[in-house]
Amino acid sequence: MSTVDYTRELSVLEGKHALRELDDLIAKPLEIKPDKKFYIALAIALSMTGLLVLGLALTFYYGIGMWGNNIPVGWAFDIVNFVFWVGIGHAGTLISAILFLFRQKWRTGIARFAEGMTVFAVMTAGLFPLIHVGRPWLAGYLFPYPNQHSVWVNFTSPLLWDVFAVSTYLTVSLIFWYVGLIPDLAILRERTNHKIKKVIYSTFSLGWRFSNRHWQHYEMVYLILAGFATPLVLSVHTIVSFDFAVSVIPGWHTTIFPPYFVAGAVFSGFAMVQNVLIIVRKIFNYEQIITVDTLEKMNKIMLLTGSMVGYAYAMEFFISWYSGVEAERFVFLNRALGPYAWAYWIMVTCNVVSPQLFWFKKIRRTIPVMFVIAIFVNIGMWFERFVIIVTSLSRDFLPSSWAYYKPTLVDGMILIGSFGFFFTWILLFTKALPVVSMAEVKAVVDGAQPTHKDH
Amino acid sequence: MSEKILYSYTGIFDTPDEVTHAAEEAVKQGYTKYDVNTPYPLHGMNKAMNLPPSKLGYVALIFGLSGALGGLLSLWWVSAIDYPLVIGGKPFFSFPAYIPVIFEVTVLSAAIATVLAMLFFFFKLPNNAHPLHATDYMKKVSVDKYGIVIQADDPKFDEASVRKFLERVHAKEINAVYWVEEEITHKHKIFEPKFLTFLLVVVIITSGTTYFSLNKLMFMLPFNWMMEQQKQNPQQKSLVFADGFGMRKPVEGTIARGFLPYEFQGQPDLAGEKLINPIPISKESLQLGQTKYDIYCSPCHGYQGEGDSRLRGQFPNPPSLHSEKVRTWSDGRIFAVLTDGQNIMPSYSTQLTVDERWTVINYVRALQRALNAKESDLQ
Repeated sequence: MSTVDYTRELSVLEGKHALRELDDLIAKPLEIKPDKKFYIALAIALSMTGLLVLGLALTFYYGIGMWGNNIPVGWAFDIVNFVFWVGIGHAGTLISAILFLFRQKWRTGIARFAEGMTVFAVMTAGLFPLIHVGRPWLAGYLFPYPNQHSVWVNFTSPLLWDVFAVSTYLTVSLIFWYVGLIPDLAILRERTNHKIKKVIYSTFSLGWRFSNRHWQHYEMVYLILAGFATPLVLSVHTIVSFDFAVSVIPGWHTTIFPPYFVAGAVFSGFAMVQNVLIIVRKIFNYEQIITVDTLEKMNKIMLLTGSMVGYAYAMEFFISWYSGVEAERFVFLNRALGPYAWAYWIMVTCNVVSPQLFWFKKIRRTIPVMFVIAIFVNIGMWFERFVIIVTSLSRDFLPSSWAYYKPTLVDGMILIGSFGFFFTWILLFTKALPVVSMAEVKAVVDGAQPTHKDH
Repeated sequence: MSEKILYSYTGIFDTPDEVTHAAEEAVKQGYTKYDVNTPYPLHGMNKAMNLPPSKLGYVALIFGLSGALGGLLSLWWVSAIDYPLVIGGKPFFSFPAYIPVIFEVTVLSAAIATVLAMLFFFFKLPNNAHPLHATDYMKKVSVDKYGIVIQADDPKFDEASVRKFLERVHAKEINAVYWVEEEITHKHKIFEPKFLTFLLVVVIITSGTTYFSLNKLMFMLPFNWMMEQQKQNPQQKSLVFADGFGMRKPVEGTIARGFLPYEFQGQPDLAGEKLINPIPISKESLQLGQTKYDIYCSPCHGYQGEGDSRLRGQFPNPPSLHSEKVRTWSDGRIFAVLTDGQNIMPSYSTQLTVDERWTVINYVRALQRALNAKESDLQ
């Protein structure tokens, strides 16, 4: 067994790199023409987005009667997809803000990509509340503004808190992302000889000069933004969980929801980031920047949050029994044994059982296996939201109004289409902007910092 | 060609240690207008350059607190003052429910303000006309070299001594950087035809889309489907009834509430004898009477009932309501006028319900008494 020297910090990157080589490697996808594989991938993503457009057109023309929603299941795929995509977005801010505050240097290789995914996932999520209201062109009334009806929104409603939380989250994530991009855009500006590219990079890098008088404030702002984004990311899924927890439906009305939702969001977000990064590092040859060590650390976080989610499932069951409330007891037994038992057991298998395999170091470091496990986690997390929303609604207090929910074709088109929408943005992102932060990665290369030998 | 203006001297270093040392030396030398350019932030450089701590934390604090306070105040004003509405039996001002929104507003205002302050006030960006841009120096320090800049406007600047200083700290590639003539003399002209055309296009596109979406699109299919519903509207043809009329008469022999037929049609004097005012005089009934009087009667009779209306001269003036005749009329007699009309005055039975007519009469009585008060009213 080899001994590890714990007195020295391990390098983040594998192998020795000259700083210039790193720039060349990261900027390469932006400087060459996209190849055939890229166009094939883009064509698939765009066709899926086409399904979304078609599904939405049908929905808007004929109304939300095109969906499987019924009474009592008034919330179904629309809200399931919303919560799923907002959850995916949580990994980005966790990596860029919380891991930054904890001084986890391994985040540098994956932070930019994860932040980009946050922005795209929240954009995808934002579609669903809009289409779910049925008349999205009237969605402006969600915002409190002095209007001609002199009517204000209800500030005590969790649905309104959602509007504030999600729009703040999108704005702050975009700002965070852009601030991180400024030095990289300046690097690209100095690299390129292409006339149009030069104008674009000059415009968006704002004339950044790599001045240390600027870096000083820049690092302070990064710290402040990280400090604000950390409670923000925790608040967003907390508020999403309030949509359910503040109501009185058995199965929703539980105080465990906020921490349980946040853990689940980080869990699914990391699974999605891991999946996409495995493909990105392979295609762009970033194996030495996004190392197996980094992936292993992500798997450990999935193991942690997966266990938290599993604990929450068990605790929900215990509390429903312990509360002595008949309706609560029934709802939870109904989840595991009722008509939606198939969804419940898919959820438990994917979310609780599969991440436990990450206890084995071998599995944590084997790329194909972890890829498959992360896919299972994402399937499981989608079903978690399905189970919470649909089973609780389909059998509530009044047995006479119980109904079974079945999604329609349009529901399926919108679900598949949302993936297409998300991946279209991801694909365009990989060709338009550096997917790894050049300035940050260079700063953590061995020998990149002063040695302080005179101190 | 005119003489070039010197901006600065630059020196390049290969390692972070060397540039840190050079910065320390620059401070010792007493230079104040100098800068260090590095491809990424170097640890310990702020100390070496002796920079005071960044003040951006205060910006975040001030804007964060104003966001929180502004959020709290506007929530209070909206829900307790401007639009008080009982929701779930909670107080109008229910603070715990406002915490999520206040928190989000705080984060949003602090984050936006800090970043804008940094970019536009602290850095004075965007600035693409800086002399260091598009130099060989910038190409190097953006990738893997570390550079120092001593500016020409430094009080201790002197070409020979600066050059000597840079040589002493072992800088490579010592170069002078000059202002680019064009960048100094260039003036932004607002009335450039290109810019004006751009503005015009923006104005036309924005106003056009706004007009189209608000005034046209909202009334097209399927956006107007809330208006076009499958129900019977007044004056519409009916597919249900054989005669095709959507509006139906009441069933034979029935009378709708509030639509008792008036039995003294054309017999005002009889009505004056038989009819009795059923509405007691109260603050509410007088106020209702005043509202209705001001709407329906005042255009001709005037607000005081003196026949001095805002339509004076355009119609035959109506007689004053304070005349001996009207004052001695019974309430029932006035009711007959309101119901049937008189001379040129039309019937008001479709505008005013029976009860409303009586409240108007009560109000007219109040007006009459105000102008012809008795001695006893003074007590």
